[in-house]
Amino acid sequence: MSKQQLANKPLIEVRDLIKDYGEGELITKVLFGVSFQVFQGDFVAIMGPSGSGKSTLMHILGFLDKATGGQYLFEGHNVTGLDDDALAIMRNQRIGFVFQSFNLLPRTTVLENVMLPLVYARNKKVDAVKAATAVLESVGLGHRLDYYTNQISGGEKQRVAIARALVNQPAVIFADEPTGNLDSKSGIQIMRILQDLNEQGNTIILVTHETSTGEHAKRIIRIKDGKLESDKPVAKRRLAKNEDTLAK
Amino acid sequence: MSSYYHYLREIVRNALLTMLENKRRTLLTTLGIVIGVSAVIIINGIGAGAQGLIVGQVKKLGSNLLGVLPGKSESNGPPATAMGISITTLTYEDAMAVKDKRNVPNVIGVVPYSRGSATVSWRGVQTEASLSGCSVDYIAVEGGEVETGRFFSEIEDRDLARVAVLGSAVKSEIFGDNDPIGQNIKIKNQTFEVIGVMTERGQVAFQNYDEYVFLPINTMQHLIAGVRYIGLMRVKIDDEKNTEAAINDIILTLRERHDITDKTGASDDFSVRSAAQALDIITSITDALRYFLAGMAALSLLVGGIGIMNIMLIRVAQRTREIGLRKAVGATNNDIKLHFLVESIMITLVGGVIGIIIGETVSWLIAIVAQYLGYDWPFTILPLTILLAVGVSMAVGLLFGLYPAVKASKLSPMEALRYE
Repeated sequence: MSKQQLANKPLIEVRDLIKDYGEGELITKVLFGVSFQVFQGDFVAIMGPSGSGKSTLMHILGFLDKATGGQYLFEGHNVTGLDDDALAIMRNQRIGFVFQSFNLLPRTTVLENVMLPLVYARNKKVDAVKAATAVLESVGLGHRLDYYTNQISGGEKQRVAIARALVNQPAVIFADEPTGNLDSKSGIQIMRILQDLNEQGNTIILVTHETSTGEHAKRIIRIKDGKLESDKPVAKRRLAKNEDTLAK
Repeated sequence: MSSYYHYLREIVRNALLTMLENKRRTLLTTLGIVIGVSAVIIINGIGAGAQGLIVGQVKKLGSNLLGVLPGKSESNGPPATAMGISITTLTYEDAMAVKDKRNVPNVIGVVPYSRGSATVSWRGVQTEASLSGCSVDYIAVEGGEVETGRFFSEIEDRDLARVAVLGSAVKSEIFGDNDPIGQNIKIKNQTFEVIGVMTERGQVAFQNYDEYVFLPINTMQHLIAGVRYIGLMRVKIDDEKNTEAAINDIILTLRERHDITDKTGASDDFSVRSAAQALDIITSITDALRYFLAGMAALSLLVGGIGIMNIMLIRVAQRTREIGLRKAVGATNNDIKLHFLVESIMITLVGGVIGIIIGETVSWLIAIVAQYLGYDWPFTILPLTILLAVGVSMAVGLLFGLYPAVKASKLSPMEALRYE
């Protein structure tokens, strides 16, 4: 069965997306009308050199920023003009983020970090603990629940971040250079977890400037100078379970 | 399943953790609040204590007492004699006229006073004692009691008898454990017979009655002081509610005796006061003082509040990335606002509680010292003061934490995450 048949509507659809900063004379255009679709179960790498606008694109797709033009349809709904509170709810309920620099809270335990989205969702503590423990076990950190975030390794930190991204059962996981701060061995573990999650049906959007990292996705969207350069399936996909280290 | 309990608990816990992480800075930040709150409490404590002391003293005297002082004075100002000026317009005869029920129907007793001090000696033991020349009515008006012996009689007063009644402190100073009754003592080189000793009474209206030697007023005037006038008379009336009528009767009686025809009171050469009036004056003065000082202390709360705002702005800047992350996982602007407001309120609350503890401790120590010195200085922890201090310090946290909290909540999540 093809992806299109699994879900006939695209999960994410952008049409002529435009983003510029500043006003009047000082206006800086970052995105010049980008259009593409992402379907349920996809694993897309957004690639491009730094300054290409790929991060801005991810921020808009992840509801961290607002587009200045064009249309954004998420799960079939037009989400172009949502206000701050609605965006926060989208991030809380539908999106999971994994960042390059982990962004874990200091002076808090692994379990508490993963529970954070559920705190803002006003979940009961018992439910939050149960859900957070389950996702931490699924990324192989069941033995680190009560560790403080400064007591674990970089690879483990990124796995905590992945668990935090998963805990609210999001529609999409955004991973922004998730291996950028890791050694190649930890990096490949993270890519393997992302590939496993995709196998289980999760939609993943990976932002990277490393081709070797991007080739773990099923499809690569290349952005250059704020425009879509190419949108192609990965011809020779890398599988992290067959690799020992992440090539750079 | 929605639960605000877990959410609020996490917000409070998070604020506590950040406070504990920067213990020293948190304490320094709260210093202004600590000083402000403790100052307000100490000032209020001293004010309440002093007021209690004064009111207690005056009440001991009795609220159905009137005082007649020589010289005119504004009814709300201090009497002229308080400035150390001797005014000679009141006499023993004036006192006797006031005592006459035909003039003042509500009168129960009148004591004229003529006071001074002199060396009192007995068999080589000397002491400087206050002399109080008064009339037989002293016991009835002031409420003293004779412990041993007796008080002098009206006849002894009239006949300038050389008899003395000792206050308990004077007695033990001169006679120790010896029986003073019937002994002769020397006052200004004249021999007086001790006929009685008063029961210990302590401070009443800031006078220590135990340190007085009581003499018949005529003896005092003619044989010791050599004066015709009296310094003060105290009038006891039957009931507090007749105060106004009695004051009026006394004024009319004295005006007639002094040939004053001016009915406006502007030409009066005496003044009549009631204890109740004195209480009102004292209370209004100490109240005004308390409010003024409390206002000054409130200023330091303002300064403390500005300090809180400063620190909170610094914290917002330091935690920009954390704010970005919290927003990325779904915190709304209001969630972020609440985080910082709870933190600033908790900081000022800690300051307030420390301030309350310091303030009440100092107030208590002051009361202990005052009580040790023999003053009837009350110490009470007023729940209202505590509540007010807690409320005010939380309000300072809310007020001055608001701007930093709003600033934090308005950060763009994307820019906050990029912040280095």
